[in-house]
Amino acid sequence: MMLDWLFASPADRRLLGTSRFRGPTPWVIAIMSFSIMIIAATGLALANTAGSLTRAVEARYAVEIPNGASNLDALAAALRSAPGVTSVEAVPESEMRRTLERWLGPAAQSADLPVPALVNFDVKPGLALAPIERRVRAIAPGAQISAHADRVGPLLRSMRALQWLAFGLVLLLSAAAAAAVVLAARGALDTHRSTIEVMHGIGATDLQLTHLFQRKIALDALLGSLVGAAAGSLVLLLLASGASFAGALVGGATLAPLDLVALLLLPLVLTALATWVGRMAVLAALRETL
Amino acid sequence: MNGALQGARLATRRGREGKLAAIAEFDSVGLRYGTGGEVLRDLDFRLTGGGFYFLTGPSGAGKTSLLKLLYLAQRPTRGRIRLFGEELSEAPRESLPPFRRRIGVVFQDFRLIRHLSAFDNVALPLRVAGASEEEIEGPVREMLAWVGLADRASARPPTLSGGEQQRVAIARAVINRPDLLVADEPTGNVDAEMAKRLLHLFTALNRLGTTVVVATHDVGLISASPGAEMIRLENGGLADPTGMLRNPPAGRA
Repeated sequence: MMLDWLFASPADRRLLGTSRFRGPTPWVIAIMSFSIMIIAATGLALANTAGSLTRAVEARYAVEIPNGASNLDALAAALRSAPGVTSVEAVPESEMRRTLERWLGPAAQSADLPVPALVNFDVKPGLALAPIERRVRAIAPGAQISAHADRVGPLLRSMRALQWLAFGLVLLLSAAAAAAVVLAARGALDTHRSTIEVMHGIGATDLQLTHLFQRKIALDALLGSLVGAAAGSLVLLLLASGASFAGALVGGATLAPLDLVALLLLPLVLTALATWVGRMAVLAALRETL
Repeated sequence: MNGALQGARLATRRGREGKLAAIAEFDSVGLRYGTGGEVLRDLDFRLTGGGFYFLTGPSGAGKTSLLKLLYLAQRPTRGRIRLFGEELSEAPRESLPPFRRRIGVVFQDFRLIRHLSAFDNVALPLRVAGASEEEIEGPVREMLAWVGLADRASARPPTLSGGEQQRVAIARAVINRPDLLVADEPTGNVDAEMAKRLLHLFTALNRLGTTVVVATHDVGLISASPGAEMIRLENGGLADPTGMLRNPPAGRA
């Protein structure tokens, strides 16, 4: 059976002594696991936010009439009747002035200040805009139509870059954890060199010896990654429950159920990676001997 | 042992032509460590299955290196070695463990595993060979009793005297009735009485068919084994290049 090595006999367990908690490996893996958990959650949240934002703006357009429009209602009605338009929202002048007030102060309420008119509308995906543009220009010749996606494009690109950066960091940290396991495996081999020589001398195979180390590495990695993942989950829960802070930080980003499953699987994936890497390191080191 | 069994064992040690089969054959074997000079050179000899051999020679003559070649801890840098009828000097390392299980080794420095009890140390070869705990318990207790350590079964090597460690090492080497027993100065740390008992054990194993090779300076041990043959090394080579040197102890001559 493939997992026989995990259930070593008491005699086999005694061969490497009982030094599981003395080495730094579980703690190094715990730190890696904690970091991976937080960074992976951030990456997934960013991906979800970017996805929501993309879906929200990909079919949304704005009609802007620079000097305002007396016929705003007619424009909105024309848009509503256009084929393929799914929703229309004319932004009231009062709301435009309130928005401008943030930059201009009370002057934004002055009747002398020309305020542009704005109508947002959504279309079915893939719809050609030319007929709509013609309808709009027939009512307001100076109107400009712009896609929301163009406006939030730089933000989305930044979010996507951060998301990939997070996933890259997860890979880097996993590689660092694997490197730590290789070093730990080599250290364990050095510590037990005399035991290995005796075992080889009496006819133990590389696999018999590897299973002893593999089991210890797997248990260390499992312990470390579970501790790290538990600490990471706690921090994520605290962030999620601190609505004011978390809300400001991630803009209400959420994790989907599949994301949570992926995060919960991280300790097991990290353990499997560490065990495999440790096994390869031990086998490679044993092959250097006769 | 009854005559029929002895005859059967002897028959297995003989080839088709009635000649005693070689358990080890060295053909122009040389050994050097790294870039140094040869520590063993031009070794040509054969060990007959069921033989009892003493390996002697001054310190630095290459006795331990020769034993390492015999128990497959070292490959020759030239020449060929056949063990148990198989050419093993260039055999892939994965193929070596089954042969090693047929060899018992008593190291000069014991090489016991310090954190294991005497019982576990002696049981190692059986466990490596896949024996169950039920199959291990009896023989290991019996062997420990035989070497006088029945009451020290759970003691760890650092708490044992040099002589006791030596006896554990010997018990470990012979627990699985090896075809070839290689011992490097096995009586170096035991008193005369225990040396006599160990020699008796080696002789008994030899009578059961185990080929025994003992590297020693102990003249008393050699003198007490009149049936044994001698291999003498000097400066890395056989003192008798023909490999036929017989240097019987004075008592036997």
